[in-house]
Amino acid sequence: MLPVNDIIHLAVTGLAQGCAYGLIALGFVLIYKATEVVNFAHGEFMMLGAFAVLAYSEAMGGSFWPAFVLGCLSIGVVGYLLDAQIMRRIIGQSSASIFILTVAFGFIFRSAAGMIWGWKTLTLSTPFGGTVTIAEGLTISSGRIAIIVATIILCSVLYLFFSKTRYGIAMQAASQNQLAAYYMGIPVKRLVSVTWAIGATIAAAAGALLAPVTQVDTTIGFLGIKALAGAIVGGFGSIPGALLGCLLIGIIEPFADYYFPAIKGVSAYVVMLLVLFVRPEGLISQTFQKKV
Amino acid sequence: MSAAAMLSVRNLSIMFGGVHAVEDVSFDVNPGEVFAIIGPNGAGKSTIFNLISRLYEPCSGTIHYGDHDLLELPAHKIVRTGIARTFQNIELFEQATVLQNLLVGRHRHMSANPLTALAFLPSVRKSELEHRRKVEDVIDLLDIAQYRDERIADLPYGARKNVELARALCAEPTLLLLDEPASGLSSEESDDVGFWLEDIKHDLGVTLVMVEHDMNLVGSIADRVMAINDGRLIAIGTPDEIRDNQEVQQAYLGVSA
Amino acid sequence: MQVLFKTCYEDDIRFLAKTGEKVRVGLVIAALLAAPLWLQNYYLAELGLLLVYAIAGIGLMILTGYTGQVSFGHAAFLGIGAYCHSILISHGVPFSVSVILTTAFSAAIGMALGRSASRMHGFYLAIATLAFLILVETLLGEWTSMTGGYAGLKVPALVVFGMPLKAVWQQYYLDLFFVLIVVMAAANLFRTSTGRSFLAVRDSELSARSLGVNVEWVKIQSFGVSAAITGLAGVLLAHHLHYLSPEVFNVLESLKLMLMIVVGGLGSILGAIFGAILISLLPISISFLKDVLPPGIGQQAGLEPLLFGLIIVLFIVFEPLGIYGRWMKLRYFFETFPYCRKSSFVRQKSYLRTERLR
Repeated sequence: MLPVNDIIHLAVTGLAQGCAYGLIALGFVLIYKATEVVNFAHGEFMMLGAFAVLAYSEAMGGSFWPAFVLGCLSIGVVGYLLDAQIMRRIIGQSSASIFILTVAFGFIFRSAAGMIWGWKTLTLSTPFGGTVTIAEGLTISSGRIAIIVATIILCSVLYLFFSKTRYGIAMQAASQNQLAAYYMGIPVKRLVSVTWAIGATIAAAAGALLAPVTQVDTTIGFLGIKALAGAIVGGFGSIPGALLGCLLIGIIEPFADYYFPAIKGVSAYVVMLLVLFVRPEGLISQTFQKKV
Repeated sequence: MSAAAMLSVRNLSIMFGGVHAVEDVSFDVNPGEVFAIIGPNGAGKSTIFNLISRLYEPCSGTIHYGDHDLLELPAHKIVRTGIARTFQNIELFEQATVLQNLLVGRHRHMSANPLTALAFLPSVRKSELEHRRKVEDVIDLLDIAQYRDERIADLPYGARKNVELARALCAEPTLLLLDEPASGLSSEESDDVGFWLEDIKHDLGVTLVMVEHDMNLVGSIADRVMAINDGRLIAIGTPDEIRDNQEVQQAYLGVSA
Repeated sequence: MQVLFKTCYEDDIRFLAKTGEKVRVGLVIAALLAAPLWLQNYYLAELGLLLVYAIAGIGLMILTGYTGQVSFGHAAFLGIGAYCHSILISHGVPFSVSVILTTAFSAAIGMALGRSASRMHGFYLAIATLAFLILVETLLGEWTSMTGGYAGLKVPALVVFGMPLKAVWQQYYLDLFFVLIVVMAAANLFRTSTGRSFLAVRDSELSARSLGVNVEWVKIQSFGVSAAITGLAGVLLAHHLHYLSPEVFNVLESLKLMLMIVVGGLGSILGAIFGAILISLLPISISFLKDVLPPGIGQQAGLEPLLFGLIIVLFIVFEPLGIYGRWMKLRYFFETFPYCRKSSFVRQKSYLRTERLR
């Protein structure tokens, strides 16, 4: 049995990791709800975000916050353009083609990032480099705390955006019935692209916040797959479900790695496959039947 | 309730997210008749079809077809009892040819074994030839020979409707559920459908249940009509009785008579 | 353009009804049979590898192209086939027995995966197969006593029915033999009710179900057949690689298989073969590109996945029917020349087809 301090340490680490997954999953679910496209390249937005923030911060002599804002917004623009220029053209093609397309984009982004910024692991200096001592012998890096705080802030902002603002409500309407929304004069196409932009921005923020933990290299985009696994565990149809699933995956991971070192790094997938095997619709289900 | 009822539905209900889409509906369909279900949009007509073909799970009620308790069967076994159906928004196999679509209609009568299929044993060849002969009869009946080898995606709308009807007939059903067979068709095409349905009823001895908005078609071929509104049954009777029924008029026109 | 007048039902189920098709296929087979006479050993080995990938492509095509079930994890079956076969023959099992056992084993794993996948919804399946691949890769790496782990596993020499097949042309004929069998079997499958039930599930599960197709069982069958064929490709691939390591069967390899069938043309056996040809030409064109491009781009490590990705994107956006679709259009153009109109192949406007109830 582990000492209590270690358990708390692992749990907080896992919670922070789960929050990061949750931020990425938020983008997945938003885009899915708006367009029924599952963007397998979403992890790559996060990777690009980390690199972009790093690049801006180097260009501006190490100041983190301006670089953070600029970097996230740039990736938001990338997301907007990806939808407006490419994804919009292939509406109505088989879902198989669309999955394959987004996976292909993942590979393109990864290669492009490697070509621009190199394949070596880089370090992004953030204001959260230090550690916080919570109790005797229990220190947690402030980077992890920052992720948890950021997740809470971002989720509240998004909640307010979708429930209170005109734009957010229009987006909700468009995701429920595109045709009806279109008839009501809502610019559905632009809203969908904006949804992509929001999803990409959040993922980029997650990437930059995670940078002290994961470092920055071209492979961190694979975290996106784990986030997707988390979202599936919770149920893809609902944002709270997806967030819960991601937290669950995040908390299970460090303990599984500790107790079953043989499956280090893949416990998220094991959990997902188990959940899918028992409940193919995720823990929090949503009806998935086509209307005839 | 007549003792000889072919399809008998009792107290059928289903809820979608707290809303009763179909509430406590009971009816019987007698052998050899044309039974039409009418009602305004969203009244639950298609939902009744989806319940009979087991695509939806009812909250309560029973559905019996002959000796079969349909609620005990999974969706893919319904056709084996002799019930075939068409869909409101045409559900054909878009990327396959007309012939392939019709042959899937024969699926219920064919044995499907992947191992003999991979080797294409003589027995498989024999059954393929035999079923093509059966399909050809349906192609003749509905006059779609010109489209035989075309892909569905290349067909005009009216032809698709015919192909879907043909596909259902290929299953050699005893009861055919038709979800809006004439919707979207021109008045000539709709007349054709009327003639074919008469043929199907008389020559093939198939009992028909159809959901339809076109009251001319319903009036000309239906033996009995059931009117529903908001998931509830309003009236069952002959087309003329239903046409004169005040409640039905109210449901359609929304005026208090 | 030759119009085929069908005079009997046999005409319907015959493979090559038109004379032109017979001649073309005959010429290709003759050229393949005579390949050792006119190809150098290096190119002959490459051609053999192409054939192996064609088999793997047909395997994935049956699942994704014909049944509509996306699998991002098919490299796992390639790996399972290669490892299972190598382990079996290194324990003294003869080649012929091992091929059958390996194919059956892949089929069983495929059916087990298909069993759990059969209730999953579109992209859940895609991600589940991806997770499956990652797990298989991890297992192959961690199970050191059986697979040699990340250090790798040597593939024993190729001995068929007691005859060592050392020469390149001998191995080539073995590959060719299996390709012909697989192409034949796949073509057979899609002229029977089993194959048609696959198409039915791809195009509309609901109406397939209402016509008596057991959708879950069809998915399990499709996974089984697909995994068996891909496992067979793994067996042959092992003898081309000579040395197996888990990283060979990674996500990039899966993407390569996907690229083959998407670019080749989803939903046709010919498409899988076109895709295999393209995959085999890619390394050559990449090495050519490396010389042409400025060293800043040409010498970069990520060029290959970048090109893979770009090719997929360009094809899906501009030619969703793949090389096969292009081939059909070309043929139509020449057969009807000069009457071909541009509008003959205008794509219909497509709309978002929702799969959600609400």
